[in-house]
Amino acid sequence: MIEWFTWVQVAVAVLAGLFCLVLGLAGRSPNDYSLGATLLVEILLIVQLVVAIVAPLAGNPPSGSLPEFYIYLVSALILPPLAGFWALIERNRWSTVVLGVVCLSVAVMVYRMYQIWAFQVA
Amino acid sequence: MATKSSSRAVGVGRVLIAVYGILALAATGRSVFQIIDRFGEAPVAFTLSAISALVYIVATVALLLPGDAWYRVAWFTIGFEMLGVLVVGTISLVAPSVLGLHSANPFGREATVWSAYGLGYLLVPLVLPVLGMLWLYRRRPAVVPRVA
Repeated sequence: MIEWFTWVQVAVAVLAGLFCLVLGLAGRSPNDYSLGATLLVEILLIVQLVVAIVAPLAGNPPSGSLPEFYIYLVSALILPPLAGFWALIERNRWSTVVLGVVCLSVAVMVYRMYQIWAFQVA
Repeated sequence: MATKSSSRAVGVGRVLIAVYGILALAATGRSVFQIIDRFGEAPVAFTLSAISALVYIVATVALLLPGDAWYRVAWFTIGFEMLGVLVVGTISLVAPSVLGLHSANPFGREATVWSAYGLGYLLVPLVLPVLGMLWLYRRRPAVVPRVA
């Protein structure tokens, strides 16, 4: 894991989550902005996956358990597409709220991944 | 007679179902890993972890699907969770050794989804069953007109 990138990712996921929550609670159906924010969160997760594959080979191994790290990463990768599909099928405000909840969950999961990578003793 | 869509998967209920789904995923991932990696360290706690994960999955499905039978399943599973988080949460703080835990740390390697009332999951496991039961009560079959 690259520390600065991880923090950028957590920040983006939190902002995207709050943004979607506000839009949803304001009564907006999923639109290009809320879906775009969720897409950005997913793209950063894919970048994180690439980083996680390359980092140990480049002399940056995790201190904690790599399988546990990947369970979080794969779970996180699944969430935005699911919420996105739901948002495309059910076009109402609650789908936008769900996008927000998912982005915030991703933020927590990425933070947890960072703990496993940087602090956990295997 | 089966209806096309559930009276529970509407409006804010959808958010509830989404949160249940996320928690089910998180609890399942964690418990599968704990059982494969270190079951011997705290068998009682990890078994409870796996049971809680299973119950979250069933609760998510029960909230999604229509019909009175699934309504009862939803009550049963959500009630079970409420009981679980209160009982296991209390034991994990007062007497962690009963669960074979070496510490009460909800963020530790032996933590379960219910440890310290779900503090490791931002207390979502404690709040969710309450919201779930409120929602089930509001959407009880007698009140919500049946859609043919």
